Amino acid sequence: MSKKITYADGILEGFEYLLENHKEFFVIGQGLWSPWYVGSTMKDLDKKYGKERVIDCPVSELATTGATIGAAICGYRPLIVHPRVDFMLLAVDQIVTQAAKWRHMFGGNSSCPATFRAIINRGGEQGAQHSQSLHSWFAHIPGLKVVMPYSAKDARNLLISSVLSNDPVMFIEDRWLYEKEEEYTEIEIIDLNDVRPQRLQDGSDATVVGISYTSMLCEKVVQKLQTENVFCDMFDIRVLNPLNVDEIVESVEKTGKLIVIDGDWASCGMAAEIITRVVEKMDLNKLKSSPIRLTLPDAPAPTSKVLEECYYITEFDIYANIKKLVNY
Amino acid sequence: MNQDVTQLVDPLQFRHNVSIDGVEKHILVDMLRKMVIIRKAEEKIAQHVETGEIKCPCHLGIGQEAVGVAVGLAMRNTDRAFGAHRSHTYYLALNEDTYSLFAEVLGKFSGCSHGMGGSMHIIDNKNGFRGSVPIVGATIPIATGAGLAAKMDKTGDIAISYFGDGACEEGVLHESLNLASVMKLPVLYVCENNLFSSHLHIELRQPSNTTARFADSHRIKNNTVDGNDVVGMYKLLVKEITEMRNSSRPFYLEAFTYRWRGHVGHREDIDVGVKRGDDLKSWKLRDPIQRLLNSMIAKEIFTQDEFDKLSNSIQIKINNDWLTAESAEYPEKDFLLSTVYAK
Repeated sequence: MSKKITYADGILEGFEYLLENHKEFFVIGQGLWSPWYVGSTMKDLDKKYGKERVIDCPVSELATTGATIGAAICGYRPLIVHPRVDFMLLAVDQIVTQAAKWRHMFGGNSSCPATFRAIINRGGEQGAQHSQSLHSWFAHIPGLKVVMPYSAKDARNLLISSVLSNDPVMFIEDRWLYEKEEEYTEIEIIDLNDVRPQRLQDGSDATVVGISYTSMLCEKVVQKLQTENVFCDMFDIRVLNPLNVDEIVESVEKTGKLIVIDGDWASCGMAAEIITRVVEKMDLNKLKSSPIRLTLPDAPAPTSKVLEECYYITEFDIYANIKKLVNY
Repeated sequence: MNQDVTQLVDPLQFRHNVSIDGVEKHILVDMLRKMVIIRKAEEKIAQHVETGEIKCPCHLGIGQEAVGVAVGLAMRNTDRAFGAHRSHTYYLALNEDTYSLFAEVLGKFSGCSHGMGGSMHIIDNKNGFRGSVPIVGATIPIATGAGLAAKMDKTGDIAISYFGDGACEEGVLHESLNLASVMKLPVLYVCENNLFSSHLHIELRQPSNTTARFADSHRIKNNTVDGNDVVGMYKLLVKEITEMRNSSRPFYLEAFTYRWRGHVGHREDIDVGVKRGDDLKSWKLRDPIQRLLNSMIAKEIFTQDEFDKLSNSIQIKINNDWLTAESAEYPEKDFLLSTVYAK
């Protein structure tokens, strides 16, 4: 039987690689010595590599994020874990106004190779303050790279790429992907600057774009549509900032149809950004119908199960929208 | 040793000569020279803020020269200092090259941040000044992390966090002191308490006019001192920093001082309150430069004539540096996008 790897295993293996091979790497964050906060993604790292390099810390999101940045400025490649995006927002000054601008405002005379690992942990009737993603917010900021892996391989390889990047990186992962399993592949060391959206399915009927968790939904739907003789080009974005849509532009010029599925809000969101960039760059004569964006409704996440069911994007929503686009 | 806060905030106190016993002459001369360089450089900048030639916001440190000079002489260049909006004094205490500061405030490529930072974003890595930013309190956790890095390096280096009494009203000070205390980080927290945050006196902002209470509550060793006595602060810091290098731990210095200009710009801002106008006159008699000079003259290790010569030569260099900075090049236009990300 071939060896398998889950998304959560991928992250754990990425951490092991970094702790094993890069003495300038350390990780700090709330709950790192506890099994509760980050699932199995950091299991026993403190026991294996020591509590000096795997540091559990006080609740202070702002100061610990600032301290991560300070250590990055002084020669380390630290990563801070924020077990939920929502709580990380207490540290936005340090991420957006300090780290992202540090190199530029000193004319390139300093740099901040810090990684902010943020976990989207939603659903399960957790309500409005335990469920935000906000990747579009962070992708708005020049100087801050934003990475969102979908596959287990990317969760591992891009975690390593993010830490080894000389820029600050917001690495956002989704707990709904932790159990996702795939064939094991060996670690690849990839320069984050070379990472582009990845084509996961081939076709010429429509171009379907997903981001992290929505890429998983899209891939399932696109595979199902293949049994109905509908073939879509499907991309997983991977790096949201800086964003490169060149291959997607080529694809839409071929298919004439574009749908972007994003698990964040619509207003000023990533789906809008991707569609705009594609439309700006492509030959508009080749566009056969208006692009579609499928996002969360513009409301905070609800608590009630019934409302959650209409809040989050489902495979059926994606299926129906692709069919609508293809049949236009 | 703590000095009495009631006296420290009273502008009629601490006008006396400073005690220079036990400090070598060359260090005293360094202190004097650095403070004069800072004073004259800031006055030069003030003149050109007034003429409009400097557009970026400049927060001048005239009157507060002693703090940065004492710290600058007590630290070493592998230590890591971070400043806030009023950071010219710290920069020049470590690097007497006034040209690189003048060029920066004019937005020129040969400035210390290649003209990308201006007055509020200055940096000099090789001398240990690792950056300043104007968001109040923002470098306090960053310096705390620099202390964590220093502790991991195991070289005995320390981090220095400069901030003012206003920053003590930010929650991040509490978070950072807690972190440094519980993790035993070698961070020297230097609070320059000049009694004002922008236009507002500390008595209108805090229930106490001393901030060292925050260090007490986090069990961090601390002292309240006369911030216009460069020698006293230097002696204290040499002792404390040696201990910090040997047994990693934080220390909190609260230096009481007074700025002679307004929060930002060249004006004295005495119009923000009658009390400030009266106090400023008194505080000028507590001048850190004059007090050191008087002490050195009294002990016959320096003369007024030597001081005048020193002052004149500094003034000539500053005038030349300013003219050179004025004629320096601005950044190329493509520099705007070239430093957003690492290559």
